[in-house]
Amino acid sequence: MSGDEQPALSANFRPGDRVRVRRANPPGHVRTPFYSRGQVGQIERLCGTFPNPEELAYNRSGLPRQPLYRVRFRQCQLWPDYAGAAADTIEIEIYQHWLEPDEARQ
Amino acid sequence: MSGHHDDHDHDHAHPAAPEEGAPQGYYQTLEVAVRELLIAKGVITPDALRRQIEKMDGAHAGRGGQLVARAWLDPAFKARALADGSAAARELGLEVGALRLIVLESTASLHHLVVCTLCSCYPRPLLGLPPDWYKSREYRSRAVREPRAVLAEFGTIVPDDVEVRVHDSTADMRYLVLPVRPAGTEGWDAERLARLVTRDSMIGVARAEAG
Repeated sequence: MSGDEQPALSANFRPGDRVRVRRANPPGHVRTPFYSRGQVGQIERLCGTFPNPEELAYNRSGLPRQPLYRVRFRQCQLWPDYAGAAADTIEIEIYQHWLEPDEARQ
Repeated sequence: MSGHHDDHDHDHAHPAAPEEGAPQGYYQTLEVAVRELLIAKGVITPDALRRQIEKMDGAHAGRGGQLVARAWLDPAFKARALADGSAAARELGLEVGALRLIVLESTASLHHLVVCTLCSCYPRPLLGLPPDWYKSREYRSRAVREPRAVLAEFGTIVPDDVEVRVHDSTADMRYLVLPVRPAGTEGWDAERLARLVTRDSMIGVARAEAG
């Protein structure tokens, strides 16, 4: 199915933007890993727009389509006792409605 | 509507998905019930189900290996693969369906590792079915938290001056690692190169190695 004709939200973030993952615990089919919630990272790329999986899982349309980003985090910030190198990173796909600008650092 | 599945009592294995061994858990029972309802109501047919299983079982890491070998040999193709992995796969005639593929290039200073902490998302059209360890709770929880220890257990020691970048495959994209081309493979053709590209090297738990 092509999503070109479906309504989609416009992208609020650009690569390099610092974002904070919302700290929330809604029930249901949530694709935002617990360990990323509340964390600050940087937009690596916009992957496109997709129907919201939290809605799709309940047989709803998931529209408007949500922008999906890859967000890069520093491992040593995610895990206080991280044992690897300081430069190690992790990238996670996160939907726009889970992200807010990291006001403190911009 | 077919009446075949309406009245039996589940005392036999289905040819499409045999249930053997341990007693069924809740979700296995749910899967059987939903599958049989879909068939009974004519939403899917047993043959369509069998074809899909056959197709999934037929995919294997050799397909991903073709893409990697071509990327090693052809810098322009590599650039296209890094920009749009799915388009690059289709360019090689590899059918990937709706797969949204991101190709990750490991280098001398960067080592990529792929995991899906939420379930078992995996580029199946290019790698086949994921290995059991990829779906295990242990791999899924530890690969994000202590990737270097996990890599070491796979025999892959990554020096501290090489960044380890983990990719948690949480949503709509799928990931294939383009490993570093091994030394000593100069002059090899695509077919020979593709043979040394293992499944594990495209997940990132191992390097590609010659010989």
